[in-house]
Amino acid sequence: MIHTLVRASRAAVTVTTCLALMACTASAPPPATASRAPPPGAGHGYNHDPFPSTYHPYPGVPTLLTNVTVYDGEGGRIDHGAVLFADGKIVQIGQDIAPPAGATVIDGTGKWVTPGVIDIHSHLGDYPSPGVKALSDGNEATAPVTSEVWAEHSVWPQDPGFSRALANGGVTTLEILPGSANLFGGRSVVLKNVYARTVQGMKFPGAPYGLKMACGENPKRVYGSKGREPSTRMGNIAVDRETWAKAAEYKRKWDKYEKDGGDPPTRDLAMDTLAGVLAGEILVQNHCYRSDEMANVIDMSKEFGYHVTAFHHAVEAYKIADLLKANGICAAVWADWYGFKMESYDGIPENLALLQKEGTCAMIHSDDQNGIQRLNQEVAKAQAAGRRAGIDIPDEVAWEWLSINPAKALGIADKTGSLKPGKMADVVLWNGNPLSVYTRPEKVWIDGAMLYDANNPKLRPVSDFELGQPGSGDVK
Amino acid sequence: MKALLLAAAALIAAPAFSATTAIVGGTVAIGDGSGPIPNGTVVFTDGRIVAAGARVPVPAGATVIDAHGKWVSAGMVAGLSTLGLADSEGVEESNDVSAGKSPFNAAIDIAPAINPNSIILNNERWGGVTSALVSPATAGSIFAGQGAVITLGVGPDAVLRPRAFQYVEMGEDGAAAAGGSRPAAYVMLHDALAQAQDYRHSPAAFGGREKDSLIKRPDAQALLAVLDGKQPLLVHVERASDIRSVLALKKEYPQLKLVLVGAEEGWLVARDIAAAHVPVIAAALVDLPESFERVAATESNVCRMEQAGVTVALSTVDASAPGSQRNLKQFAGNLVAITKIPGSTGLDWGHAFASITSGPAVVMGMDGEIGSLRPGRRADVVVWDGDPLELASAPVAVFIGGQPQPQSSRQSELRDRYMNPEDGALPKAYQR
Repeated sequence: MIHTLVRASRAAVTVTTCLALMACTASAPPPATASRAPPPGAGHGYNHDPFPSTYHPYPGVPTLLTNVTVYDGEGGRIDHGAVLFADGKIVQIGQDIAPPAGATVIDGTGKWVTPGVIDIHSHLGDYPSPGVKALSDGNEATAPVTSEVWAEHSVWPQDPGFSRALANGGVTTLEILPGSANLFGGRSVVLKNVYARTVQGMKFPGAPYGLKMACGENPKRVYGSKGREPSTRMGNIAVDRETWAKAAEYKRKWDKYEKDGGDPPTRDLAMDTLAGVLAGEILVQNHCYRSDEMANVIDMSKEFGYHVTAFHHAVEAYKIADLLKANGICAAVWADWYGFKMESYDGIPENLALLQKEGTCAMIHSDDQNGIQRLNQEVAKAQAAGRRAGIDIPDEVAWEWLSINPAKALGIADKTGSLKPGKMADVVLWNGNPLSVYTRPEKVWIDGAMLYDANNPKLRPVSDFELGQPGSGDVK
Repeated sequence: MKALLLAAAALIAAPAFSATTAIVGGTVAIGDGSGPIPNGTVVFTDGRIVAAGARVPVPAGATVIDAHGKWVSAGMVAGLSTLGLADSEGVEESNDVSAGKSPFNAAIDIAPAINPNSIILNNERWGGVTSALVSPATAGSIFAGQGAVITLGVGPDAVLRPRAFQYVEMGEDGAAAAGGSRPAAYVMLHDALAQAQDYRHSPAAFGGREKDSLIKRPDAQALLAVLDGKQPLLVHVERASDIRSVLALKKEYPQLKLVLVGAEEGWLVARDIAAAHVPVIAAALVDLPESFERVAATESNVCRMEQAGVTVALSTVDASAPGSQRNLKQFAGNLVAITKIPGSTGLDWGHAFASITSGPAVVMGMDGEIGSLRPGRRADVVVWDGDPLELASAPVAVFIGGQPQPQSSRQSELRDRYMNPEDGALPKAYQR
């Protein structure tokens, strides 16, 4: 977990909310005395989790994968290794593991096992396939500050893209973000990559919310073209700061109410989200390309007392790897996208490797319904670019860009993102070295349930949209 | 590796070396569909390939480059790109890909706009792309205009073949450009070709200069080459039924030299495409129903079309990522990968590599000139540090027209400047 601040005001949240928030139980201070009364407004605040996750793991069987090369997702590697999971959790990894009675044993000779891929930046569901206007729900581009919108309310659970990310990419967890038209785009949502009839059925239990923010060209272009603020980068920061100042005031009112009681302040859904950020409950995921703009955002975050968890698309992160590291901020980037707009002009394929060299938290991301199917390949390219520049990053360390690092930046590293015993059994068996172009997922388990098997057509999900269409059920 | 790098560097520093070069000991990939040849030799002289393969003698006096442990291949040919037409596509001022406010369409000829000094060309060249089809894009008409085939070699003469093809949209994009429907797109197409005939029969009587002319005079003039089959007509369609409709155009215009672009549902009508002898510049690795005209998209499409006898080249058409042509090799590698997936149809290595080298050249009828290491072709040769289709592999030397190409780029200079992000004794701006 990169930055979960749990403050006293958190006591105001309801019991159900508490369950849904990261590290709540662990961080809540014990009552000083049994007789101490709660503050007058506590418990009378608003529900922080009105759309709770209804995700449930599907049944699995105790499974032992043997004779595999294991990348544990935290930089560890086991050759001729084995991975055992049962009851939806990782039980053990090692070299010689005796199969428990009744376990399914899969001989993975010549194959690799990794934790499931995590994509911290996706628009599946809110910009789904087919990309028709009727389904284009990713940007509430009607005002530059829309922190009241929640991406989950745009997610169409029938997006065929989820199935491709699973079968071709081994993606088991993903964050769906609002787009970048707005300075404050709204709340993101973390999903398990398991089809459900409702988005609630996909929501990652206990994952904190994120706030999507955006720097640079997109907000100033979108609103500048409408003849309103922001139309410049200075306008971007001005509107950001005015908004944070309001949020701070809003939070003060609620904090006071929760401490002293009285009339509850008027609810403002946009301010709820920002107050959640200021309280450390909601993680800031900030679209920002240029290094100088990231530096401006860092100072702004200090001015108002919040933390940026990760800069996304940070093509110039390599220029300020030291600054990001010093501020405990991650960079989520592509391997080699560059040059498609002015603010991406200085992108280089060594970005990830240079960040790793500096010791900065870094990760791959897709922002793309096709790229999400090949994030392992993107990591391989980034690793190779680093190697050619003299930065040698072992395969099992490069895999952190796909697993534990995005898990940390999503606030779920205690639950998934590596093959540590007790964590969710989100596991991919690859049919070869997953950093080779010739390799694909063979089997994918989520919470220990096998939800994709290349050898079993019945374990290839087909969304409602594709059902009965030409090519339905085809290997895609 | 060091010897090779030194050799390549020496070549750049001193162009007055032996006119004949032999690259020996590497795994040779000719690009014509054949498999890789271990311990092969590639010989070129005066900018042309002399021979490539196993047991090729090294001519006396040749400059010899040792490529043991390396791969030596034909350079990649980008199947459809905008290389040289924009410094940054998102920067409108730098972008010559389309012209929404122009009254002209089919007449647009991108050749004079190609900028060989674009940093993007530099990066693509150093990624192993040695030539490219370059196309305009539509804006306000179904016709985009005339594309070119270019070389990425350093120098002023980028254009190998100007006005190499005409590009037209006939699917959903064509419908939108024609006013809102596919039938309207067909009316626009037929009318344009009819007016071209009118122009041919009586240029003096043909107007086409009036403000409300549906077809301007230069557009009608340009379409004659299409009507006569002298200039291939690249037609972007995806849906199976759209492909059939386009193939049917040949009944009315027997001279048309059709090339399909995209064709994500091509596998559903692969036999028809093959029977019509129409090649395809395919969307390489798309597998999502990103629009209703692409509901049957699958990564197996390319291979299924090839098995039916269709000539297929790969491209970044329909790729949602920015179209870096140097990633074509990744697409081709994935088409090999899926041979291991039950139910998928993949390519063998030789055909996958051909789809990004000789494939586009064959589509353009230029395979005698570019796209492979067969004798007589331009010496567009890339030496790689491993299997070119692998993700980790990259060029260690690039020759275009026999000339060694520079090994640095703006990207590598940025990398070197920020290898350590901290400022030094002077600001970064002084470090180069």
